Amino acid sequence: MNDQRMINLTVNGKPYQLPEIPGEMLADLLRYRLKLTGTKVACGEAECGACTVLLNEEPVLSCSYPAAKADGANILTIEGLSDIHSTPTADGGLIPLHPLQESFIEYGAVQCGFCIPGQIMTSYALLKRKPDPSEEEIKYALKDTLCRCAGYPTIIHAIQAAAKTLQTGQPISAPAIEPSDRAGRVVGTVQPRPDAVAKVTGKAIYTDDIQFENMLHARVKRAGIPSGILRKLNIEKAQKLPGVAAVLTAEDIPGEHYHGLVIPDWPIMIGIGEQIRTVGDALAIVAAETRQIATQALDLIEVEIEPLPVIDHPIKAIQENAPRIHKNGNLLKHIKVRKGNVEEGFAQADVVLEHTYHTPMHDHAFMEPECSIARPTPEGRMEIYVGSQIPYSDRNQVARALGVPQEQVRIIGQLIGGGFGGKEDIAGQIHAALLAKATGRPVKLLFDRQESLIVHPKRHATQIRVKIGAKKDGTLTAVETELFGDTGAYASLGEKVMTRATTHSSGPYEVPHVKADCYATYTNNPPAGAFRGFGVMQSAFAIESMMDTLAETLNINPVELRKKNALRVGSVTNTGQLLRESVGLMECIEKVEAEMNRLSGGDPFTPKPVAAAPHLVRAWGFAVAYKNTGLGGGAPDKAGAEVELRRDGTFQVRSSSAELGQGLPTVLQLIAAEELNQTPRQIDVLLMDTDLTPDGGPTTASRQTFVTGNAVRHAARALRQLLTSELAERYDVPPQEIRFIEGLAQVNGKRVSLSHLAEQMIESGRKPLASYTYWAPATRPLGEGGDMHFAFSFAAQAAEVEVNTQTGEVKVLRMIIANDVGTAINPLGLRGQIEGGAIMGIGHALTENFLVEQGRVITDRLARYRMPSITFTPEIIPIVVEHPVSEGPFGAKGVGEIVLIPTIPAITNAIYHAVGVRFDRIPVDQEKILLALKEKTTTA
Amino acid sequence: MNIWQKYVIPRTVEEAIHFLTSAPGSARPIGGGTDLLLEIQQGHHQPVHTLVDVTRIPDLLRLEVAGERLFIGAAVPVKIITESPLVRHHATAVAEACGLIGGPQVRNTATLGGNVAHALPAADGMISLFAFDAQVEIAGPDGRRLQSIQSLFKGPGQSALNLNSEIIVGFYLPLRKAGQSSAFSRVMRPQGVALPILNMAVWMERDEQAIQDIHIAIGPSGPVPFRATQVERELIGKAPDVIALQRAKEAIHHSIQFRSSAMRASAAYRHHLSEVLLEEVIGKAWQRAFELEAV
Repeated sequence: MNDQRMINLTVNGKPYQLPEIPGEMLADLLRYRLKLTGTKVACGEAECGACTVLLNEEPVLSCSYPAAKADGANILTIEGLSDIHSTPTADGGLIPLHPLQESFIEYGAVQCGFCIPGQIMTSYALLKRKPDPSEEEIKYALKDTLCRCAGYPTIIHAIQAAAKTLQTGQPISAPAIEPSDRAGRVVGTVQPRPDAVAKVTGKAIYTDDIQFENMLHARVKRAGIPSGILRKLNIEKAQKLPGVAAVLTAEDIPGEHYHGLVIPDWPIMIGIGEQIRTVGDALAIVAAETRQIATQALDLIEVEIEPLPVIDHPIKAIQENAPRIHKNGNLLKHIKVRKGNVEEGFAQADVVLEHTYHTPMHDHAFMEPECSIARPTPEGRMEIYVGSQIPYSDRNQVARALGVPQEQVRIIGQLIGGGFGGKEDIAGQIHAALLAKATGRPVKLLFDRQESLIVHPKRHATQIRVKIGAKKDGTLTAVETELFGDTGAYASLGEKVMTRATTHSSGPYEVPHVKADCYATYTNNPPAGAFRGFGVMQSAFAIESMMDTLAETLNINPVELRKKNALRVGSVTNTGQLLRESVGLMECIEKVEAEMNRLSGGDPFTPKPVAAAPHLVRAWGFAVAYKNTGLGGGAPDKAGAEVELRRDGTFQVRSSSAELGQGLPTVLQLIAAEELNQTPRQIDVLLMDTDLTPDGGPTTASRQTFVTGNAVRHAARALRQLLTSELAERYDVPPQEIRFIEGLAQVNGKRVSLSHLAEQMIESGRKPLASYTYWAPATRPLGEGGDMHFAFSFAAQAAEVEVNTQTGEVKVLRMIIANDVGTAINPLGLRGQIEGGAIMGIGHALTENFLVEQGRVITDRLARYRMPSITFTPEIIPIVVEHPVSEGPFGAKGVGEIVLIPTIPAITNAIYHAVGVRFDRIPVDQEKILLALKEKTTTA
Repeated sequence: MNIWQKYVIPRTVEEAIHFLTSAPGSARPIGGGTDLLLEIQQGHHQPVHTLVDVTRIPDLLRLEVAGERLFIGAAVPVKIITESPLVRHHATAVAEACGLIGGPQVRNTATLGGNVAHALPAADGMISLFAFDAQVEIAGPDGRRLQSIQSLFKGPGQSALNLNSEIIVGFYLPLRKAGQSSAFSRVMRPQGVALPILNMAVWMERDEQAIQDIHIAIGPSGPVPFRATQVERELIGKAPDVIALQRAKEAIHHSIQFRSSAMRASAAYRHHLSEVLLEEVIGKAWQRAFELEAV
């Protein structure tokens, strides 16, 4: 048939006529043909709402809406929204953004930004139908528009604020977010993100939004079998498929055949005769003219695998005759913590309790699937466009695989649509580079959601036994823990993660006698690595569940028990570290306790049936946590940054540290602005480019505010001194009479514009630039005592749940969350972290379970891996506690992980208080609640 | 492989049948496509040569009172059904069920025709139609016919329709009379593989004292959906008091074999929930029967 059919449609008011492409979805037409890349594809399975556009005024999911079906339709995308309405300002002006866009910015609803176009378009459709929506109506409308940064409470408030503006014509009302008690001129004040406007207008560019001329599309042939030997691989048919440019196998790798963040044990591709260790192992890679052709080519690759037994559990892995997953055996690391003598401690105890807890794998489920583009440059270098948490490590690993010096590779970091630890390892960077090198053309390798779920490292599944001894008055005498951590097929950061799990396994308590043993083992499951909380989430669930059981056994209030043992200044941790300052745990506990007592009428832990519906029972639960800031354990922890005064009189801050949505650009901007006495908008922040930005180290371990923050602070100071001495010399005035104000220097009463100063310096051959490499205070390895970490964050949380005793369903109604963050440098970003951490914690407690059966992934679709939607949003009452660290920038320490850690046990403890069912594994299973309740009624 | 080669948008039922029967390869009618497209994409359904989009055929977009019956076109988006005052009045359970299908965006494209043609044993919309003994209008190469909804299922995911040549035009439901009402509810299990684990629809006619007639549909209660007639029998002629409900619950246990499905729910849990849902939907319908508002 030769009838080329045409699609006629109007997009953002413009008419288009385009030839129909078989199988094309509307999102692809918008993104790749019309270059309207504001519409995002996060799942491709009609599950997450990121691709929402308005079609004839109704929100639809463009990722699964046939483009041909849109014939004759009128479509509105995020790019068209600001033409419809603008936002009034207090001084009678107009912001050229729709009130929803402006309110999302002002309320801090924008974090990684990947879901934001979908959130705003869905909200826009809601406000057209319901100009003044209630919270319930917002939750109903946004039920399937997921956000993993999960600033859901803020999204709700932003929508309500925009609704008000649309109705009254008044400016957006300010969000109820307090500045830091320790605020400086700009540090600690509420400031919008520098990238927020781009993110709410669809102009923000993520890797898959980039298209190069002549670009090929890559796909990866994966093993699909968790354990075996690759016997045959025939790529001939795939090579012959028209449109295929290259098919590569392990033989074609010019350099190193393995990658890995700590141990290079992860094969780039499996060669003939080599071992397959997990379903996601790569066997061959294809580059073709289109993604469809590349996909078709995968099916033409013939594979023969001799299956081997599957080791699917850490305990099976370390049995004596277990088959070896790696040549050195299956034990990645035995990690030990020793303090005092636990036998003595248990002998002193009046009560000794012991129990074993289990946590499953979790997926980061960042909204943006992994994407890498490799582009060979005419000079023979390789550029990699990618959203990565560790650009310099990517550079190193890509260069090794290509067999070239690392200067030959440039990582050009793009905006990251969420990471949470899941974008630290290599995903498609090396594969794209190999194909680009082989073909001499740019190559894009985009994971679909299924591939993302199967391939990238997960949170470690653990089994944790806790034995605890205490005096009658609640004083802890000993804690012994034994942990098994499943690091899956490859090491990734497994050793580090499980070390953190082990050192935190006796909780934020001063315990005289501690013994902890952890066995981190390889299995044939998907690899496990970094994930927000980094092992501490798992051990906190175990110890905080045990602390509640202990409180009950001793008949002590659970909050009192924690107060009695809480770490404070002067305490010595289980690794032998004397805490000299910045231990805000008691204040967190006391503040949460006061609020919880106020809200519950003084007896938070007593079950309370709902008056009109007595089958619904409510109660509160409580938990605490601590988490290290920085790498610790003797690892050199440094970050480089530079600050430059540019010809236009603005400054640029540069570091390779990564922004995953957590708000680092704001933090660095505020720190530099404070030091240079500028307004934040005078400071531009450039991140994640290995040619242009100094190495900021990995974005992990809640370290960037502290480490890169300090680097920027020192670099900005150095630049200020440089500029001061330049002016002092030039105008012959003493340095102390020179002041900087926005865009200007004041020299002895005279004003010199900074752009003029920059020009003068550049002309005389001096760069108005200062660099600084900040080395965090040295730490000591585990086992040596002393400072294992240079700072810890602390938290207490209380959760109120409602359990439906007829169905076992659980809802979290309210959460009180106190975090000791040192200093809240960026209160708006902090709010996002607090809300997002709590909601991720709710997901971990109630819904998320990455299921693997015999090494095969069951939850290989977003529809199956259930992260919390907006309907799970409780009322969140945040409390910021500030016990500064003297070495931290303005006293700050990390916060990215602590926000999540106590949430899970706070919820499971609350369930216990409500209905008397204690969970020793997550997620909480509503069926189990019900069965336990039924058993109770039968026995009663 | 592309999900489809050809996408056609007929304007009449006859044109649609012609596209289906004359396609050079496999052909399927498509409504919102929210199930079918994903199944093809994920390899659970063979790619289709020709997709015949039925959502612009005026006959399938009708939502109206037709004589003594309510007609719901097979291609009406379920969001329209949820919000339709006609449906809310005459077939409250259908409106409630349609409000729970997919998410808000999906409901703008999903259709009842697709929900029924997909033939899953627990589809919310389909179960609600079951409680009304809906009659289904089907068009094929030999013309149109009416068939009871019960006769449309061969097995899980297997429709008795010939989707290579037939389409669903719409559904006929009885109009609501005084003393009649309906209700729908379901329970989800959000842990792990998140899916609804049980749903239930009820249609009822009552007088001051007792239930005169009742239809109950529970999904999933077997490979194909069916009405829980033994449970219904325990309730007819009785007020839904504790004793009658207890008998009805026992009848569920005697007459329905719930399945345990790995990672979803055990049979025991489904049994328990069926009792909870039974009380809920019967309670609601009993109340509603005397709250007959004007349309």
